[in-house]
Amino acid sequence: MGNLSLTSLSFDIVVLGGGIVGTACAREFAEAGLRTALIESAEIGGGATAAGMGHIAVMDDSEAQFALTRYSQLLWKEAAERFPPDVEFSPSGALWVAADETEMREVFRKQHYYIQRGVPVEVLDARSLAEAEPNLRPGLEGALLVKEDAVVYPPCAARFFITEAQQHGATLILGKRAVGTRGNTVQLDDGSYIAYGNLVIANGIVAQSLTSSVQLEPRKGHLVITDRYPGFVSHQIIELGYLKSAHSIQSDSVAFNVQPRPSGQILIGSSRQYGLDDSAVDMKIVSAMLRRAFEYMPGLRRLSAIRSWTGFRAATPDKLPLIGPSPEAENIYLATGHEGLGITTSLGTAKLLADMILGRRSAIAKDPYLPSRSYALHA
Amino acid sequence: MKRRQFASVVVVGAGPAGLAAAIRASESGRQVTVLDDNPSAGGQIWRGEKDRRSGNDASAWFQKFRTCPAEMITGARLIHGDPERRILSVETRQEFFEIGYDKLILATGAREFFLPFPGWTLPNVMGVGGLQALVKSGLPVDGKRIVVAGTGPLLLAAAAYFRKHGAIVPVIAEQAEWRSVAGFGIRLSKNLGKLFQARSLRLALRSSRYTFSTWVEAAHGKDRLENAQVRTGAKVWREPCDYLAVGYGLKPNIELPVLMGCRTQSGVVAVDEFQQTSQEHIYCAGECTGIGGVDKSLIEGEITGLAAAGLKDSARRLFAKRRKTRQFANVLDRAFALRPELRQLPLDGTIVCRCEDVRWGRLRPMNSWRSAKLESRCGMGPCQGRVCGQILEFLLGWHPESVRPPVFPARLESLTQDSEMKESLRT
Ligand SMILES: Cc1cc2nc3c(=O)[nH]c(=O)nc-3n(C[C@H](O)[C@H](O)[C@H](O)COP(=O)(O)OP(=O)(O)OC[C@H]3O[C@@H](n4cnc5c(N)ncnc54)[C@H](O)[C@@H]3O)c2cc1C
Ligand SMILES: Cc1cc2nc3c(=O)[nH]c(=O)nc-3n(C[C@H](O)[C@H](O)[C@H](O)COP(=O)(O)OP(=O)(O)OC[C@H]3O[C@@H](n4cnc5c(N)ncnc54)[C@H](O)[C@@H]3O)c2cc1C
Repeated sequence: MGNLSLTSLSFDIVVLGGGIVGTACAREFAEAGLRTALIESAEIGGGATAAGMGHIAVMDDSEAQFALTRYSQLLWKEAAERFPPDVEFSPSGALWVAADETEMREVFRKQHYYIQRGVPVEVLDARSLAEAEPNLRPGLEGALLVKEDAVVYPPCAARFFITEAQQHGATLILGKRAVGTRGNTVQLDDGSYIAYGNLVIANGIVAQSLTSSVQLEPRKGHLVITDRYPGFVSHQIIELGYLKSAHSIQSDSVAFNVQPRPSGQILIGSSRQYGLDDSAVDMKIVSAMLRRAFEYMPGLRRLSAIRSWTGFRAATPDKLPLIGPSPEAENIYLATGHEGLGITTSLGTAKLLADMILGRRSAIAKDPYLPSRSYALHA
Repeated sequence: MKRRQFASVVVVGAGPAGLAAAIRASESGRQVTVLDDNPSAGGQIWRGEKDRRSGNDASAWFQKFRTCPAEMITGARLIHGDPERRILSVETRQEFFEIGYDKLILATGAREFFLPFPGWTLPNVMGVGGLQALVKSGLPVDGKRIVVAGTGPLLLAAAAYFRKHGAIVPVIAEQAEWRSVAGFGIRLSKNLGKLFQARSLRLALRSSRYTFSTWVEAAHGKDRLENAQVRTGAKVWREPCDYLAVGYGLKPNIELPVLMGCRTQSGVVAVDEFQQTSQEHIYCAGECTGIGGVDKSLIEGEITGLAAAGLKDSARRLFAKRRKTRQFANVLDRAFALRPELRQLPLDGTIVCRCEDVRWGRLRPMNSWRSAKLESRCGMGPCQGRVCGQILEFLLGWHPESVRPPVFPARLESLTQDSEMKESLRT
């Protein structure tokens, strides 16, 4: 951009935030021919996107969650053909592990649900589970294998999306923070203004700083990464109890959730805590999370850990993201509130927003995610 | 099996600083536990000295330490701690345990500073201190040619040590200018003499070329090192060698203090006159408060041990002595400042992050440590940027990120705690 004054710039669409959601949106808009700019105050993919696990997951808490995750998962599969190796897309599948008969009933329920909706799944009994993941403890009931679940390295995926957007003419404005909007311009922290036709607020958990129309609760999560142990784990493995943990609205919770990285490293999660904004690692939580993991995979105990960290999920009351026009102004759109699924649902989010802005028909119903919806809290 | 312990003073690091602190604190009636991750006490410089003939500094201190009631746990690595609850998590080869404290003394020392140049990852190219440690533990170098390069007085100490073990040291390449070092030597000849035994220094210099404004540009060899490409001004030559020992000085090990919440300043732990850090119950002594050699480490250790035991007046009496050793440290720093040409050594294909194989060409265009880390995995390996972080600080002015537990790679089980949160967490 050289010394060109930003004040003189004007775009069809300006995206605020260069996480996975913002970059995916910018790519979609630029490919559709819109004159697009993305403003990122720090690094591309350095926010929640750098903290997350990168599990491209189909989930079925609600029909709306299923629709968006499945739609997005298929978009990931399609996009993966062009990914450079550093995106580390690996379609390794996910195993939802049942520890007892009650959980096994849940496996069958899920199996039925997914088959009806065309998602390739397979039920593993205790023996085939042990064969698939020999490091799980003996005595588990079985598991549901969700075959098209995948794993990516989110920061490089975000980097790839912004690069593709730039190849389609998008402008990246890095190192400048949006501080407010006024009459179809967004003001940056260096005092300059950028004019927009439409504005997309995609700055994750801090969206409140730019719009009063959202209410997001941070849900803190902890992760631990190990040294390289190729073959120790082959699938993303999650305990079915995870659902209980992810559902609980107030109390702190931990669940067994491990992910094989293409490097051979193992990423271990997960925890959820409310009402915190301190990013420090809490060893009490790490301890509880690891103990839970050892219950499922005793061999983890002796593996070497190299780092732990935390991140914040942006949670809405009904745990569905906010995608669509903000109640404040009709040319300001929201793309935030993706909680623990924003890596996955970034691509669906980008499509839905582009459909709305360009007046295209969308592949899935957009109503459940509209910021103007009234929240139907479900247990 | 876990064991829980408590000591009124816990000392981390059994180098000169940690030993002196432990001796002073336990002489003052405190119950002291010393932890060090090496199989024996002594730190970088005195490791393996214990059994040597008596008469030098080390054996006097060891003697005092042996006869004081402090408990020593070797092979024990501190991997994280909780300054609020004053509990440390420790890992040994077999087990892990937690230990509580009233006062904590961190004397974690320093590590060597490396700079990347083409060929620096070839076998037999190593750190000056690293090679010295290998020789100490039995690597034969009799008749081997060892090029010693880098900066600082440690080059001379190491060269003397290699020669004593029969090695040929054709050249000691000091990057600093003669003028700045000579100035430094004249003013501090006494201190220099103390830093290394003057006799071995003369031995080192007698049949080696100690040349200033000289540095190694590259190491060449097919599968292993064959020669070092050395430059002095416009003159470049290849010096055949079996080993190339390089060291650009030392960097304090501040990761553990940082993890414990201690404030740092210009890359060292900030302390007050009693060596107390910004954390009320945590003290710091030795190289981690600034590189300054054994004498500084010893005197700081003594002050820390006394202060932690509450004997402020006795501690105060040592301040004058400490001042001298710190002046020495400052001069050392200025005399051996790194020259800018060293920033030009790496080529695009030169590896910078050895854990993750990230090369200079990939890093050069990036604009921050954070984006380099996110996009190239630089610093994400087992050493967590201990090596490449300080390299990139010198090459590009980037500052490494926050420290997260564990401070060293540790078994996952060692990250669990006694205090069960489980019940309250599972609904
Ligand atoms: C522990 C953990 C595990 C997770 N695991 C998964 C998983 O396995 N699968 C999955 O799909 N999801 C997962 N998630 C969720 C996922 O990480 C997030 O939903 C997703 O990263 C959100 O992306 P984002 O782009 O909305 O936000 P961010 O990545 O936070 O991006 C927002 C960007 O906006 C920038 N910004 C902020 N304010 C401004 C401003 N004023 N001006 C300009 N720029 C600004 C920030 O610097 C940042 O880069 C996990 C999350 C956590 C915490
Ligand atoms: C590689 C090297 C070679 C050197 N060679 C010489 C020489 O030849 N001559 C000379 O005069 N000076 C030499 N020095 C300098 C000399 O070591 C110092 O001046 C002096 O020993 C510093 O004492 P200290 O107690 O501050 O630290 P150190 O002696 O470094 O002691 C620190 C101790 O703490 C331990 N430690 C650190 N973190 C942890 C943890 N988390 N848990 C448990 N233990 C931990 C370390 O393993 C070490 O044993 C060398 C230094 C280095 C790094």
